[in-house]
Amino acid sequence: MARLWRFDETIDTDVLAPGAYMKAPLTELATHCLEAVRPEFAGQVSAGDVILGAPNFGVGSSREQAAEVLRHLGVAAVIASSFAGIFYRNAINLGLPVFTISDDLYDHPGLVDGAEIAFDFDAATLNLAASAEALPLEPLPLFLREMILDGGLIPHLEKRFQAAEPAGGMA
Amino acid sequence: METLARKLIAKAAGRSSVAVGDVVVCKVDLAMIHDSGGPRRVKPMLERLGRHVWDRHRVVVVTDHYVPADTDETRAIQALTRQWVADEDISNFYDQQGICHVVLPERGHLSPGMFCVGGDSHSPTGGAFGTYMFGIGATEMAGVLATGEIWLRVPETILIQWNNHLGPFVTAKDMMLAICSKIGMGGGRYQAIQYAGSAVRDLSMQERMTLSNMAAELGAQTGLIAPDDVTAAYVRAVGGALAEDWGDYRIEAVDDAGDHLTFDAATLSPQIAAPHSPANAADAGEFRNTAFNMAYIGACTGAKYVDLAAAASVLKGRHVANGITLKVAPASRLDQDRAEADGIMSILEEAGAHFLANSCGICAGYGDDRLAEDEVCLSSTARNFKGRMGAPGSQVYLASPYTVAASAVAGEMLDPREMMEG
Repeated sequence: MARLWRFDETIDTDVLAPGAYMKAPLTELATHCLEAVRPEFAGQVSAGDVILGAPNFGVGSSREQAAEVLRHLGVAAVIASSFAGIFYRNAINLGLPVFTISDDLYDHPGLVDGAEIAFDFDAATLNLAASAEALPLEPLPLFLREMILDGGLIPHLEKRFQAAEPAGGMA
Repeated sequence: METLARKLIAKAAGRSSVAVGDVVVCKVDLAMIHDSGGPRRVKPMLERLGRHVWDRHRVVVVTDHYVPADTDETRAIQALTRQWVADEDISNFYDQQGICHVVLPERGHLSPGMFCVGGDSHSPTGGAFGTYMFGIGATEMAGVLATGEIWLRVPETILIQWNNHLGPFVTAKDMMLAICSKIGMGGGRYQAIQYAGSAVRDLSMQERMTLSNMAAELGAQTGLIAPDDVTAAYVRAVGGALAEDWGDYRIEAVDDAGDHLTFDAATLSPQIAAPHSPANAADAGEFRNTAFNMAYIGACTGAKYVDLAAAASVLKGRHVANGITLKVAPASRLDQDRAEADGIMSILEEAGAHFLANSCGICAGYGDDRLAEDEVCLSSTARNFKGRMGAPGSQVYLASPYTVAASAVAGEMLDPREMMEG
């Protein structure tokens, strides 16, 4: 079972992908992810884990490594009551699921740091092991869902270009 | 009522009009990339797609993040950037000429009516020119470079109106910190902010750029200002192309259900934002006696010509206090040249300033010149996130160049008017 990492402070791009390591390969950058606020995170996070963040998650820089390190570390989804716009687009472009959750559910007593959870992309739910509840997340627009399923913007464009369209468009 | 944001987006989308919430595909007039998120990231993606840039004349490349390139890693990044520019035959390349958001307008690339993207979060700076400009990540940029297009959800306009006029030693930076404190870093909700009102009209283009630049700190997609004669004069002076219909973009309107916030410039005091958010701003006087070690005049937000001139007006005939290091990183080569010609650089030097390269410098936190653990910096930059400018235990306070300069002389934080108006 995967675990929930809950952050009640605003998480910015500079703590996700610290500037000092931006010149380093992604594998090294990832070891410093969130170290300024949760030093144990990068070492302990495992595949399938989910981040639950405070509003305006990913505020700051346009550096997409902020989303890319999370995907690299195996994070299955980032869930927050709101996202910073550039981070939101970057995550989808990199194939990292990002979902918004209502303010009521954000305060759900089962959503404590360390809770056992499972994330269901198809159903758009966050499932709590302790109470066997499936908490609904706000569904993504279809074209963004498709982009995530394709693995992000580049594989998505690759598919479109290969579909022999005369001029490949974005949407 | 038609808003400036919707008019600009409709034009780029090839439609007569668009509504808030519409998802549209826009044609990009100009894409700006820099050495960090640019060639080193987009090159492999374009290769994977088997595409080159859609229009080599519509791409501007600037090196500013890894400047100076003083390690093997950063020299390799710059070499890759130059090689990619040559391979793609990019027409506009500004190598170590300053920070992209300042270089772009001063080299005549922005004018009213354009739709632009930049590979950097402070790209809303272009909004000061009546240009719809916003920041995107590298993967999205690769998509733009391959197709010349980008999708957009048409945003609401949040109109931020500043009535009356600013007093002496109060700047666009203070206006922004006051807005951050009022609506918070998420207050922009990825919508289009538009700045309006008499106090905005009063500002020079470089001061307006400070407002648009920090739309990023409000979480807005862009930060527009309706073009006027000040805009037109600037674009003409730098040799930019001013479209005949530029006056059609002179629109200050809000959506039917949009937010309209009003501020009074006349009562605004110089602001200081405490660590670790620009939203922690309050009147500078409330920070009286706060100690610090470093004064920094830097970045696209706070080291343009107008910012250097503001700092120099305080520092003329004065010297920074013992125990304070003043570092100045002029935002562009051209701004520095002009400041040299005007004697501003000598004033700063005589006051004890150390000069850094025309680059993102300490604000980006990418190089070796960084804040140490427990170091406290008062900075004219835009962001004071934890650890951004150095060690996780360093602290950054944000203020205007006037406030940074006066505090550096005093040896502790203060409202610059205390020093300048006795």
